[in-house]
Amino acid sequence: MSAALKPTALQSSALAFLSRFEGLRARLPGDVAIRDEAAGILRSTGLPGPREEAWRYTHLRSLAEVEFNEPLTPVADCADLLSRIPDFDAPRLIFVDGRFRDDLSTVPSLAAVRVGGPAFGALAQPASEKLVALNTMLAEDGADISVPAGVDAGTVVLVSLGTDLHGRAVAFHPRHNISLGKGAKLTLVEIAVGDGVYLHNPVLSVAVSPEATMTHLRIQDESRSAFVLSTVYADVGEGGTYDSFLLALGGKLTRAEIHARLGGPNAIAHLNAAQLLADHQHADFTTIVSHDAPNCASRQTVKTVLSGKSRGVFQGKIEVARVAQKTDGYQMNQALLLSPDCEMDSKPQLEIYADDVKCSHGATVGELDAEQLFYLRSRGVPAAEARMMLVRAFLDEALEPITHEATRTAMEHAIALWWERQAA
Amino acid sequence: MAADVETIDTVNALAEGGYKWGFSTDIEMDLAPKGLNEDIIRLISSRKNEPEWLLEWRLKSYAAWLTMEEPDWAMVNHPPIDYQDLHYYAAPKKKPGPKSLDEVDPELLKMYEKLGIPLKERAILAGVELPEGEAPQVAVDAVFDSVSVATTFRSTLAKSGVIFCPISEAVQDHPELVRKYLGSVVPAGDNYFAALNSAVFTDGSFVFIPKGVRCPMELSTYFRINARNTGQFERTLIIVEDGGHVSYLEGCTAPQRDENQLHAAVVELVAMDDATIKYSTVQNWYPGDVNGVGGIYNFVTKRGACRGARSKISWTQVETGSAITWKYPSCILQGDDSVGEFYSVAVTTNHQQADTGTKMIHIGRNTRSTIVAKGISAGKSNNTYRGLVRVLPKAEGARNFTQCDSLLIGNQCGAHTVPYIESRNATAKLEHEATTSKISDDQLFYCRSRGLSQEDAVGMIVNGFCRDVLKELPMEFAVEAQKLLAVSLEGSVG
Repeated sequence: MSAALKPTALQSSALAFLSRFEGLRARLPGDVAIRDEAAGILRSTGLPGPREEAWRYTHLRSLAEVEFNEPLTPVADCADLLSRIPDFDAPRLIFVDGRFRDDLSTVPSLAAVRVGGPAFGALAQPASEKLVALNTMLAEDGADISVPAGVDAGTVVLVSLGTDLHGRAVAFHPRHNISLGKGAKLTLVEIAVGDGVYLHNPVLSVAVSPEATMTHLRIQDESRSAFVLSTVYADVGEGGTYDSFLLALGGKLTRAEIHARLGGPNAIAHLNAAQLLADHQHADFTTIVSHDAPNCASRQTVKTVLSGKSRGVFQGKIEVARVAQKTDGYQMNQALLLSPDCEMDSKPQLEIYADDVKCSHGATVGELDAEQLFYLRSRGVPAAEARMMLVRAFLDEALEPITHEATRTAMEHAIALWWERQAA
Repeated sequence: MAADVETIDTVNALAEGGYKWGFSTDIEMDLAPKGLNEDIIRLISSRKNEPEWLLEWRLKSYAAWLTMEEPDWAMVNHPPIDYQDLHYYAAPKKKPGPKSLDEVDPELLKMYEKLGIPLKERAILAGVELPEGEAPQVAVDAVFDSVSVATTFRSTLAKSGVIFCPISEAVQDHPELVRKYLGSVVPAGDNYFAALNSAVFTDGSFVFIPKGVRCPMELSTYFRINARNTGQFERTLIIVEDGGHVSYLEGCTAPQRDENQLHAAVVELVAMDDATIKYSTVQNWYPGDVNGVGGIYNFVTKRGACRGARSKISWTQVETGSAITWKYPSCILQGDDSVGEFYSVAVTTNHQQADTGTKMIHIGRNTRSTIVAKGISAGKSNNTYRGLVRVLPKAEGARNFTQCDSLLIGNQCGAHTVPYIESRNATAKLEHEATTSKISDDQLFYCRSRGLSQEDAVGMIVNGFCRDVLKELPMEFAVEAQKLLAVSLEGSVG
């Protein structure tokens, strides 16, 4: 590309992040070499554009139009934001604008937690995911949680608060790393809320050792003006389980990307999600499941409910390597369009190199079934209530596998609130 | 115009049983020099005595092509194609002389023997007259390399007002129709290969069905790639006016070659109110040998426009040949209540690569589309289904059903599914399902225990797997296609 050409908005935006990095470079914690490498990637490729296959449905133009600043050291009590976090009887780690807040947090006793710097981990691929490169370049803080072999660490809550303290847009790039020893267990509940315009660009890596089980439940209820671009890497060893669910309600432009690799025989991954969108929201749920060992199973149920002028995106890829015989892969993706102006784009994908496999995917897009509505209406259920019942029933299939009672209740509450907001 | 004796002989030799498809005919060729530039395009145009507007269109396409890049998104790999190392024009000067069968690869001969060719029209081409009123008949427009050599049944068709002729002739005889519709479905700059085709296409078929006419017979064309280093750039244009109906059959064979041959065809279909077009293809071009040497590169743009209300376009394809297939027969459903269908079987073995599927663009109200795609991969091949279903905001009540199934035979092959589903209308209802599996041991055991050989059992199971598609084929093709499937997979089951 010729330097004489006028840079596009995406290029300018990448340059702005790069110059912020130049300013911070000396002060950022940890190994600077890994950051320089990430900066090199961004410098040569820029932010992902619509011509890239993985980004064909999610354009970062609106992100590029915003000028983001370094978060100020948070001093506020954040009481208002904190009040939105459901009460769990569990230790919680609170990050405000991407920085750990000791004064607000309670540290778990059964898992070792280290904070005060980015937990880079070994799984992330900044070379292939540009937003991971962005995170790698600018990550300041994060939680490094490790559960020793054989220990059930119970539930840990990881909270992100995005503030609107000074009326200026901030960008934060937390970097978390979770590792579970052999046979260990952990339920990580991630909750993100916020106010105002900001960019939340977290990367979270999860290493699940053989026979270990990680349950990862996420409630993304961020500011309706926020950009949320998250990436999760999960690597599951023999007989291990990574069981995840994402409820996405908030944000203006969001993308949740999950790369799950089943690296040992008999490993299991569940990547379930429900997206509820309104107004002009844009939400993208992108997953890549790599079956790299025999006898593994992956399951996905993804439901999207759209209203207003919102746009939902689902991209799900199942890759089955030659060695991964006896793979069982299943993916179901359904979208419900409640208003005439919304849009759903769905791209389920199979890439299979082993013959003795059972892989399938299904996708449906449509509106509420008129016959079902009629059935309820003819039995005296008011229209609005009938619609709500059908939407709830639609979402139930995705929510059903969640066994963590407190989280499930919190999610159902959040969905009820969402519906009230729509009805109002 | 009746086909003269010489032409009939030529075509007869082409379809003759003993002749089969596995070697090149030693015909004196009128070749343009290798390479592609404006002069070559002018040469093609002047040889064909084309009007000025067509030459301009070709040059415009060429200019567009120069600015484009070869697409790389498909899941196929091949060495870079040197577009300057091809002949863009070849016309036979003399009729072919007979050739000894000894020169034919016995493997290929064996395959064709097993296939047999149930070509009813062979007798007709040889000059045997059928009793009056015998049906169904098949009209053949044989494309011998780049120039259409013969078209039969012209008079029968002409009686009902149907025009079926080489497109180069249509340019001379019906320029107003060609000018109106050429490039109206696949614009010159649509994609890299379509642009190339628009610049250099030499011949192809032209079909025009006037208002209210049901074409009295199935139309058929047999393409054949023959000359060494000749890229084939057919252009097919089918127009069916209000209430018309046509069924078009396309079959392809190619002689064995060590060099890869490029084939970049464009097919355009236009269906007006209440018109129906059924387009069936059996493609068994030379796929390369067991080691992946040679074989045809088949980069084809096929698209149909359902312009009128209640119009219908149905694509059926059985793809077993070609080293690389890059092909997405599509339907643009503009007319209200129009219907698009795509039925496909793609078989890949050895080192073949297929990236094929369809696009259904729903624009009009209550438009409906059905996609049934069956992919079978064996050997070291890769087979990808790639499809797009797009519903635009005005397509109230649009409906799509998609079913993609892949069958893997052996653990060295790959089967991939890449569907895109885009809905911008809440009242649209879209369903997509895809499965991947292997031939189950239970099914095999069942057949084997009843005395079927392993290969027969696999053939039977595969035919069952493809039944939904094969039943859409016209009779003429259905038998051939079934045999083709079994023969293609021979030796891949162990």
